[in-house]
Amino acid sequence: MTVTDSPLLELLTGFISELRAAGLPVSLTENLDAMEAVTHIPLEDRDAFKYALGATLVKNHAHWRAFETVFEVYFSLRGREYDLVDGDWDADGLADDDERDADGQGEGHGEGRGGGGGDGLSPEELAELLYQSLLRGDQTMMRAIARQAVKRFAGMEPGRPVGGTYYLYRTLRNLDLDGVLERLMQQTRQESPDPLTSFEERLEQDEFETRIDKLKKEIEAEIRRHLVADRGVEAMAKTLRKPLPEDVDFMHATREEMLSLRKAIQPLTRKLAVRLARKRRHGRKGALDFRNTVRHSLSYGGVPAEPKFKYPRPSKPEIMVIADISGSVAAFARFTLHLVYALSGQFSKVRSFVFIDGLDEVTSYFDGVEDITEAVHRVNTEADVVWVDGHSDYGHALEVFWERYGRDVNAKSTVMILGDARNNYHASQAWIIKEIEQRARHVHWLNPEPRSYWDTGDSIVGEYGIHCDGVWEVRNLRQLEKFVETLV
Amino acid sequence: MEPRFADVAGVRTSLHDVGYLADDGIAGVVYLADRLQKPVLVEGPAGTGKTQLAKSVAEMSGARLIRLQCYEGLDESKALYEWNYKKQLLRIQAERGNDVAWDEIEDNIFSDEFLLTRPLLEAIRADEPVVLLIDEVDRVEVETEALLLEILSDYQVSIPELGTVEATQIPLVFLTSNNTRELSEALKRRCLYLHVDYPDMDREKQIVLRKVEGITDSLADQIARVVRSIRQIELKKAPSVSETLDWARTLVLLGVEHIEADTAIETVNILLKYRTDIERAIKEFSANGDAFAPANV
Repeated sequence: MTVTDSPLLELLTGFISELRAAGLPVSLTENLDAMEAVTHIPLEDRDAFKYALGATLVKNHAHWRAFETVFEVYFSLRGREYDLVDGDWDADGLADDDERDADGQGEGHGEGRGGGGGDGLSPEELAELLYQSLLRGDQTMMRAIARQAVKRFAGMEPGRPVGGTYYLYRTLRNLDLDGVLERLMQQTRQESPDPLTSFEERLEQDEFETRIDKLKKEIEAEIRRHLVADRGVEAMAKTLRKPLPEDVDFMHATREEMLSLRKAIQPLTRKLAVRLARKRRHGRKGALDFRNTVRHSLSYGGVPAEPKFKYPRPSKPEIMVIADISGSVAAFARFTLHLVYALSGQFSKVRSFVFIDGLDEVTSYFDGVEDITEAVHRVNTEADVVWVDGHSDYGHALEVFWERYGRDVNAKSTVMILGDARNNYHASQAWIIKEIEQRARHVHWLNPEPRSYWDTGDSIVGEYGIHCDGVWEVRNLRQLEKFVETLV
Repeated sequence: MEPRFADVAGVRTSLHDVGYLADDGIAGVVYLADRLQKPVLVEGPAGTGKTQLAKSVAEMSGARLIRLQCYEGLDESKALYEWNYKKQLLRIQAERGNDVAWDEIEDNIFSDEFLLTRPLLEAIRADEPVVLLIDEVDRVEVETEALLLEILSDYQVSIPELGTVEATQIPLVFLTSNNTRELSEALKRRCLYLHVDYPDMDREKQIVLRKVEGITDSLADQIARVVRSIRQIELKKAPSVSETLDWARTLVLLGVEHIEADTAIETVNILLKYRTDIERAIKEFSANGDAFAPANV
């Protein structure tokens, strides 16, 4: 069996170019491997097919999610029953009614069309079935309900230019899963002979939540299938394309992306720490020790046969982080603080300051703390950073810094300033940066905005930038990692 | 060369028979590795059975397991081969009295007899089927990785003095990595990739049932549930499968039949190894009911 000249080949080629478009580095060899791998497995086994492609094409676990999305689009179940222009879908009018009265639990949706299973159920019956299937953890039933729910509540229309999330939201709103969870817990409490301890309750709840998550996934998949049938594979893959975790923009991350970023930062810091420690240990040799070489040359009759080097003393920089934590750039500051503290072993000392329009030192929050996430959280909630109105004022913040801590800046310190330099048209006080630059070893400015936005509107990064050793665009983890590496 | 396994399901049952409960992904990749004759790079958190997978595959296919433990500073002479120079010196000295031409001696001392094989060469030269385990490959430096490339893609080792040694049989190769650093593209490209994650609840329960003697079904079920809940908390280091097993054994020894919050709190230090993690888990599980009940709805 070969894949040449078959529709499968075409599909695989499209699939792989979509993976590349999504940012996954798929090489030619891997492409060929994938083609060969699928000849060894039965095509009707969808899971095996997926794992075969995954094992040959995705070599980084962080990319798995992106792979899965593309896979779902390209190799989802297809057929007439998913066509939106089918008779089944003239229930749209009703769905739109439902949109108007937000609390409508789908009255009037009862009259199902077509002969598909469960179409004749009333909404109450459907809700009851949903509840029962979740209570028993009945997978098949859940799948059927997901199909029904999408059909009834999502109100999908052919060619309508909205994303899957919109339909998902509409479906879930009608199912009221929070209410169902509450009911399930009630039921469990009643059934148990003794009152549940909170521990048991917690375990039960986790179980139900896992089941509900599964149901949500089913619904999502069902919506995706319809959308693919409606819009075609390529268009759909394009709308679903999401940046890889390391490329997610700090300033525009969704809640879900934030979560994946937070998960990504832990392994990243560990990797970076290992790499930096290694770099420090290897590769560096001290300068030639002239006196020592001459001394040893005596044993070779005055020929400096064995050069001696000074003991390498790599200097550890002292870091001062000054971070803007106002709303727009808070996430960025959080990640950078996290990274800097996770690597604090690489620096002789780390001091941190945060500001909005006032400035506060937060070094003590990190002292002897094992859990950096929590300390960063405290910084965001407890630090005293508001002076007048809580709008960024770089000029005043720098003034305060210079007045209170300016004398601590010395030739050993590397100063990092984090922020978008959107100063709300206050005075810039750029002379302070100049003063700092003269005293400190290095001054770096990290800006989370794309370079093309710099110096537009109230951004005055250029004004500060001329006094810095470097102004860096740091919009995602990849750039942050690169910067930190040059820092050490 | 004959494939070792007939189909994916076969791999899965055979692994099951030697006590390794594989899910579809794991069995599928092992099967493909054999068919495509490619090495498998196994990544995942510590304690999820990466090394055990290689061992179990060796056991189920009756192959010899050859293991190369990687560490920083690993070099050619530890991984591939080395000339036995003491023996070479002896030979040169022994030949000194006789009237032998130098060329002949030179040919002599760079022959098989004076070659010390190290794991990688050994795996290639073996006549019987072999499973080669290159453990914790992320510990070697990037430069040393290059040592592995020839053997991973062509199953051969080039020895300058001797020529190229080609594999008599294709070994099944597993590389494990804890992901402490990014492996080079060149290495990844040559391998199939398998990410082994914590098992889902059902599989974990089956593993506990299988590996812990004298455990009841209901206790295993509870253990799997509690561990799943703990893994959902944001922790520095989530409990691994081996830690779950240790905990299960402890509970069996203590004669516990039903896990109460108190028992869990007292023994949670077996599952978690960081002070902050333990504190957090205790906070989550402690008797104060409203601490969490509605919080994550």
